Amino acid sequence: MLGYLVRRLVQSVLILLGVSFITFVLLYVLPADPVRQIAGRSATAQTVENIRQQLGLDQPMLVQYWRYLSGLVQGDMGRSYLQKTEVSTLIAARLPASLLLMAAGIFCELLIGLTLGVIAAIFRGRSLDQGLMVTSFVAVSAPQFVVGLLLLYVFAVQLGWFPIGGYGTAAHLVLPAVTLGIMGSGWYSRMMRSSMVDVLRQDYIRTARAKGLTRRRILLRHALPNAILPIIAMIGIDIGIFMGGIVVVESVFGWPGIGQLAWQAIQRVDIPIIMGVTMVSATAIVLGNLLADLVTPLIDPRIKLR
Amino acid sequence: MKTLLASTAILLASALTGMAQEYTPDPNATAGGMITVTYKDDVATLDPAIGYDWQNWSMIKSLFDGLMDYVPGTTELRPGLAESYTISDDGTVFTFTLRDGVIFHNGREMSAEDVKYSLDRVTTPETQSPGAGFFASIAGFDAISSGAAETLSGVEVVDPKTIKITLSRPDATFLHVMALNFASIVPKEAVDAHGTDFGKNPVGTGAFKLGEWTIGQRLVFEKNADYWREGVPYLDGVTFEVGQEPIVALLRLQQGEVDVPGDGIPPAKFQEVMGDPDQAARVVEGGQLHTGYITLNVGIAPLDKLEVREAINMAINKERITQIINGRAVPATQPLPPSMPGYTDGYDGYAFDADAAKDKLVEAGLADGFSTELFVMNTDPNPRIAQAIQQDLKAIGVEVAIRSLAQANVIEAGGAGEAPMIWSGGMAWIADFPDPSNFYGPILGCAGAGEGGWNWSKFCDESIDAMATAADSMTDPSAPERMEMWSDVYMEVMQQVPWVPVFNEQRYTMKSARMGGDDALYVDPVSIPVNYDYVYVTE
Repeated sequence: MLGYLVRRLVQSVLILLGVSFITFVLLYVLPADPVRQIAGRSATAQTVENIRQQLGLDQPMLVQYWRYLSGLVQGDMGRSYLQKTEVSTLIAARLPASLLLMAAGIFCELLIGLTLGVIAAIFRGRSLDQGLMVTSFVAVSAPQFVVGLLLLYVFAVQLGWFPIGGYGTAAHLVLPAVTLGIMGSGWYSRMMRSSMVDVLRQDYIRTARAKGLTRRRILLRHALPNAILPIIAMIGIDIGIFMGGIVVVESVFGWPGIGQLAWQAIQRVDIPIIMGVTMVSATAIVLGNLLADLVTPLIDPRIKLR
Repeated sequence: MKTLLASTAILLASALTGMAQEYTPDPNATAGGMITVTYKDDVATLDPAIGYDWQNWSMIKSLFDGLMDYVPGTTELRPGLAESYTISDDGTVFTFTLRDGVIFHNGREMSAEDVKYSLDRVTTPETQSPGAGFFASIAGFDAISSGAAETLSGVEVVDPKTIKITLSRPDATFLHVMALNFASIVPKEAVDAHGTDFGKNPVGTGAFKLGEWTIGQRLVFEKNADYWREGVPYLDGVTFEVGQEPIVALLRLQQGEVDVPGDGIPPAKFQEVMGDPDQAARVVEGGQLHTGYITLNVGIAPLDKLEVREAINMAINKERITQIINGRAVPATQPLPPSMPGYTDGYDGYAFDADAAKDKLVEAGLADGFSTELFVMNTDPNPRIAQAIQQDLKAIGVEVAIRSLAQANVIEAGGAGEAPMIWSGGMAWIADFPDPSNFYGPILGCAGAGEGGWNWSKFCDESIDAMATAADSMTDPSAPERMEMWSDVYMEVMQQVPWVPVFNEQRYTMKSARMGGDDALYVDPVSIPVNYDYVYVTE
């Protein structure tokens, strides 16, 4: 177990190194000059040159990458080109909002997805099942900015149940979390359905039924816990999809998280922020996957880590 | 020595309030109340030496002051932290007398040493100020910007209330430069205490001070009770909520949650808003010092031929393009916008005439037309405008391929001189200060034509450059002869047409029913977008 953990951690570090290098190269070859963005439209050639030198952007790419990396291992993500603030400060200020949104999003997708999956499995083959599966397909395919604006329009503007964007109270959280959850709920309802269908075919369910247990007790006590376990392990992998989703959802709802930070930085070629958010997200994804793998054997003793 | 503002200074001393003679405050104005303003993008910094964004420009104006200022809602200069000033006869020495009793937000009194420190700070390379170049006419600028000196030799503290600034050449725009945000006076101890984080902990002399800043969410400005101008600001404070899409901001305005949507009315909602009398009554329209244009790269064949550039000018249907943006603009005839001094009245530019355009192409030996590329920023409505340009040019046989890219990439291609044509939408020139010279140097002059410069036509005519230099060597910035010289400069430019001037955008913004104050304050040409110091609430 310990050996496995060490091996996986080393692998994780290598993956993060790779991510940092590829992102750095992509930003370097981008046909947009960050110095121009800092210097502005009225800058003299001298000002532009001064800024380029001070930021070390006149150095060869590998030298620049090495400098970034040496800072990174010491916990220094650099300063934003345009805001001049430490990137770590900016991310730290916004990370709680993103984590809250992500947790609420996962809660929503599980709540919606698992419920629909169980219902579909119970009514397997009937029109309700088919209807739900079509719905889940739509949910997976619908673009999040459309879903977000639609929910905003109906529930905030027309009905006035929730605030129109912003951050602060539990009411602010509902619509962005549901938007984020709807896409994932499509996947989960399909997985839950097949897992549930599998479990309901098992011998112990037939035994339970033969014992004369109520249908409700069979479903809630015998089938559901067994069907849900493999799905829990998927949440870790889900974090990657969520990281993509929050960029869109945070922008639509004015949610002050790292997705919004990244979106604004990309438009202005603020490379330290783009790198910082990428590295934090990559770390979250790598850790999420690792966690999912570690949790699996706890849930299902048949799986062993080696 | 001639004293330009002598009369103003005398009036200043005798008038009941410091600004009575320059600006009549609204007699209905009432003090108190908070307002809420929204912006889409986060506020990057409130450091006046660095900030150069749509959202932080007017915020910085409310937190800081410079030696010069503008009469609210107008483009007219008035003294700011300077009480008066004199200019030497050759126009190279400016002596400013500072006001008494101006207190920084940290409680210390401002003095001439702070002025010197602030000018040194904005020009020194370590600050990385995008505005450093504006101060190039101060003696010693080259030495400080190359790192050879640590201080501007041309800025001299005469006594705690007097500062003398010597220029290396006459610069008619200098007083406007001293009114730029970049020339704001900052206290050294506060900058030293916060280092590069000064932009998050601003300390100035302005009408408001920063109360709270929750990164990515909200900034709260509080009234500066010790503000040196009597009677203002009226508001107790302003809450800025950032990260709000313009469409969301408009919906919140309609629900009464927002007082001013900082990014204006989203184009897609414009007609709906104007169609509702109640909402339309709260829309404020104003001119702005803006020109939207197509650059024609004189270094790329066949745009290097004058006849081809003329043909393109005649082929563009500017009326139709203004319709694409719901008529929120007026067709342009020349680089300067109509509200800018130096604008040439009575000049009609190139009329829309496809047949004449075809004749010009025949003259250029391109009877069969040619193909070229048009670069455009990829946000609405710019790609739609590019399509209109494409259709107009197709009608005279010119095949245009549209390259729709992110803003930074268009700027890069333009600076490198790789783009034959660029539609300026989303990156168009809005004046830094209301003087005709501001539309020349960086975007039409030789200075901007180098690698990376904003002169995307790469047009460089040394004789026109000489005319511009002559106009700026005059001492009185608003002298009629000077405006005539600038008018000549732009007429000379139009002879060679490195641009198609397309339209001058009008600014449309909205306010909640409780907002009071002159409409001009909501479309202030200088405190863009809103002059927070002078607006008030009625309840």
